[in-house]
Amino acid sequence: MLRVESLSFQRGQVPILEKVSLELEAGEVLMVRGENGCGKTTLIRLLAGLIPAQPDFKVFLDDQPYHPQQVQTRLQFMYLGHALGIKDELTCLENLEFIARFLGGRSDISPLGSLQSCGLDGYQYTQARRLSAGQRKRLSLARFLLCPARIWLLDEPYSNLDAEGLTLVDRLLQKHINEGGGALITSHGTFIPQVTNHREMILEVA
Amino acid sequence: MQGHSLATAAFALLSRDLRLAFRRRGEALSPILFLLMVATLFPLGLSPDPEQLAAIAPGVIWVAALLSSLLALNQMFHADLRDGTLEQLIISPWPLPVMALVKVLAHWIISGLPLTVVAPVLGLGYGLDGATVKIMFWSLLLGTPTLSFIGAIGVALSVGLHRGGMFLALLVLPLFVPVLIFATAGISASAEGFAVGSHLYLLGALLALAVSTAPFAIAAGLRISIS
Amino acid sequence: MNKLTLWFHKLGSPEYFYRFAGRWAPWAGWSFALLTVIGLYLGMFKAPPDYQQGESYRIIFIHVPSAWMSMFIYVAMSAAGFVGLVWRIKVAEIMAMASAPIGAAFTLVTLVTGAFWGKPMWGAYWVWDARLTSELILLFIYLGIIGLYQAIEDRRTAARAASLLALVGLVNIPIIHFSVEWWTTLHQGSTVNLMGESSMHPSMLWPLLIMAVATKLYYVMNVLQRARNMILELESNKSWAKTVLQPAEASR
Repeated sequence: MLRVESLSFQRGQVPILEKVSLELEAGEVLMVRGENGCGKTTLIRLLAGLIPAQPDFKVFLDDQPYHPQQVQTRLQFMYLGHALGIKDELTCLENLEFIARFLGGRSDISPLGSLQSCGLDGYQYTQARRLSAGQRKRLSLARFLLCPARIWLLDEPYSNLDAEGLTLVDRLLQKHINEGGGALITSHGTFIPQVTNHREMILEVA
Repeated sequence: MQGHSLATAAFALLSRDLRLAFRRRGEALSPILFLLMVATLFPLGLSPDPEQLAAIAPGVIWVAALLSSLLALNQMFHADLRDGTLEQLIISPWPLPVMALVKVLAHWIISGLPLTVVAPVLGLGYGLDGATVKIMFWSLLLGTPTLSFIGAIGVALSVGLHRGGMFLALLVLPLFVPVLIFATAGISASAEGFAVGSHLYLLGALLALAVSTAPFAIAAGLRISIS
Repeated sequence: MNKLTLWFHKLGSPEYFYRFAGRWAPWAGWSFALLTVIGLYLGMFKAPPDYQQGESYRIIFIHVPSAWMSMFIYVAMSAAGFVGLVWRIKVAEIMAMASAPIGAAFTLVTLVTGAFWGKPMWGAYWVWDARLTSELILLFIYLGIIGLYQAIEDRRTAARAASLLALVGLVNIPIIHFSVEWWTTLHQGSTVNLMGESSMHPSMLWPLLIMAVATKLYYVMNVLQRARNMILELESNKSWAKTVLQPAEASR
């Protein structure tokens, strides 16, 4: 459903991405692997529309040219970056309630329900700044259960998590692809996602 | 999707920002304390002569209010950039200028509104008469939101920078000049018994211009800064 | 596409622009030098002394063209910045950023020559006159734009941010000018009218006009040279730029 055709990107003089092509099908997890500095984050941020596209930006969503800044496009994906997008001074529940009200949540799950699914039961009234790094990641992942987006763009979802957290990510991904969604995820490690349908691609340093 | 509308989203953002400010109320109060301190230092530095104080009051109080709102601006987008909520705001389906408008509104309620209430009280302390203090209140009510809007453009452009704070002053203070002039001229005119309508209308016109154009500049600035 | 739009498209290519600027900058430079010599000669030696201000008025042949340029360059910079922001044309961004320091320099020259002129005329180097004050604020705005451009690391992001600031300033400058004028009339009565209502004598007007053209040519020369350097820096890993920088090595 998402197709990238020979995407290049450079920052100033430095080429970050050199003719990257990939295709993400519905119902699969595509793991982009590569060492530090190979442009994984840039790729994800470009697709999320956080970095303005350069003229030769050839990305297609369902075979239509992809404009990351259009409302219709933006409703289709969710993004997890290095900064997790949660407010420290708000409680876990308040964070998720805000997301649900701001983006329009799914009717089949409540903020509290998603919190419980992500193993944060009992933390709903705890301010996010009191959470450990792994728990914060879980809180940020709970956002993904709340919103009906087809495409997930996850930058390093497995980092900072304990064994239970890793299976949590796998569980979320599995549920997402079962529902016909697709996920583009990155990792600099060797971790292999335990889901039914997953592919890998290696990103070389440009 | 339940309650999935722009108004719901805007209201959710506004109430979140206000709740955050309440949780960090110490930080939110510091601009007001700054205003009080500066306004206290001036009589100490000049003289306690009531006539002289009344003459400088509009200028001193407005300049202090202006610097204090500059101080408050630093809190506007920095935390959002650090914790990633700014990225989430930018890629949300909602039009960024509208969200920028909401952010500025929240910021004004937190910093500009208290200023509007406190500064006229200082005017009484400087020996201004009741009618003039009322004009001071109106000038602040119409002027401080404009400062927030102009300031937000500067913050949006400099939010990623290391020494953003000092820099912000250079970016936005020249643009604050018209507000300062119209506001203080209005208060002075009132103190001297002249009509003040035109001054306040001009402040209102500046506010209208700021509300209708600044959100677009803020949105463009944020997009540039985040990339 | 007609010829003109085609030419503009070609001008958007950094390599073509580099050659184009290299061809025209010397012409602008030499005509600037020629016109300045003529203009200053006519202004300093041929024009009669002013019946009120004596010889000291002659500074207007530098002061007034500089003041015009300080505003002209701002508008040119904003226009280039707008084109750069909307169509993301690298050359336009570069032109905008190459203009800023020149504009700031002309603004500074205006302020300094104004101060020298103010001393004999008003008895003070600085008075809070509307024009002086708005010129000073213009200088601050220029410095803000240059500062923002320098502070952001990525050159293109920096150019886009500074261009946006320039456009915000463009909206504000007329308002600032109006407010400052209003402020001075409120506080000190009408100020000395520099140029007067009366028309100028041709022997004074001609040198002034010549100098106005000369300063524009100076701007053209300077902005093209600056833009050439900035383009080379931005494109230094492209093959054409390598050829320019090290002709022998690239051909080997």
